[in-house]
Amino acid sequence: MNKELATNKEPKYINPYLGGVLLGLLVLITVLITGRGLGASGAIKSTVVATAHVFSPEQVKSNAYMGKFISDDHSPMYTWLVFETIGIFLGGLLSGVVFGRVKKFRTDHSPRITSRTRLIFALIGGMLFGIGSQFGRGCTSGAALSGTATFALGGVVVMFAIFGTGYAVAYFFRKLWI
Amino acid sequence: MCPLIPNGIISSGWDFVIAIILGMAFGFILEASGFSSARNIVGVFYGYNFVVLRVFFTALIVAMVGLLYFDYFGWLDLSKIFILPTYLTPMIIGGVVMGVGFIMGGFCPGTSFTAVAIGKIDGIVFTIGLYFGIFIFSEAFPLFGDFYTSGDLGNVTITDATGIPASWVAMGFTVVALAAFWGTMFVEKRVRKNMTEYKF
Repeated sequence: MNKELATNKEPKYINPYLGGVLLGLLVLITVLITGRGLGASGAIKSTVVATAHVFSPEQVKSNAYMGKFISDDHSPMYTWLVFETIGIFLGGLLSGVVFGRVKKFRTDHSPRITSRTRLIFALIGGMLFGIGSQFGRGCTSGAALSGTATFALGGVVVMFAIFGTGYAVAYFFRKLWI
Repeated sequence: MCPLIPNGIISSGWDFVIAIILGMAFGFILEASGFSSARNIVGVFYGYNFVVLRVFFTALIVAMVGLLYFDYFGWLDLSKIFILPTYLTPMIIGGVVMGVGFIMGGFCPGTSFTAVAIGKIDGIVFTIGLYFGIFIFSEAFPLFGDFYTSGDLGNVTITDATGIPASWVAMGFTVVALAAFWGTMFVEKRVRKNMTEYKF
């Protein structure tokens, strides 16, 4: 491949170490202001509880898991993580606009698989990540990153379990990516 | 002095405004680092792109060392910050399930939101998957409710559990991170030579 051509097509990403320092400072600032770290899966959990509550309020109240997140004085959506996640979306959009990556709807996949295959696996992967994040008390943001950064044992456990498993099973799913 | 909101220095009325601002910074950093593309993310598992390792480990050590400095100077009351509780077996199982989901889906929740923001259909589908996954978990919860709360060690830190001082933990992570940054440079170079279809 022509090297110059490849360089021209290179997406403009910031230096990963700069990104890491910024992200680390952000986690630090977040803990200094709010007393806890960042998160992501929590907002989806709130959305699940909120939508289920609209369709069958009684069932949600009696559900041993969702019932814990129902309060009489505010909606399940009225939580810190939901607002933070709206911010994640807006921040992602802003970066996408700044670096020219907001384009028409598209799917990333290895040339060896179709978009359809990619989307089926994305759905299953999302479901597994959703289920796992509930057992893990958080995902890569809340447990692995913020948990470990605040020296919580659980954070380290989740971090090693996620990345360790990733490496262990990567071979079986290599066609999806390389 | 810190944390500011729990100590009443910033009124809790600002909570949600601050949430959106911090979230925006989070989303911006994730997207700008290239995490809105699943192929960039999973590269860490196949050796062709270690951006996840670089960003994640750098963030981890910056935040750890930062917290230690704030504690050292007495600016932060560490007893007032939230320590994620540890439920040993459920968290290992949860992490394993997330690990498989990571390889299959190519995103984690935070990164998938930024993928949605720039128009990636795989990000949208992954996010829908998250929703269904958590819904299934909630509905099936009575089946494994006991397991969910098993192995409860409380809100323990690495220091509580192992006796290793926090500063040594941060030092350990820093040394491992620097070694990993250096080593993966060579792995990445080698693996990329054999890949032509992937645009970096």
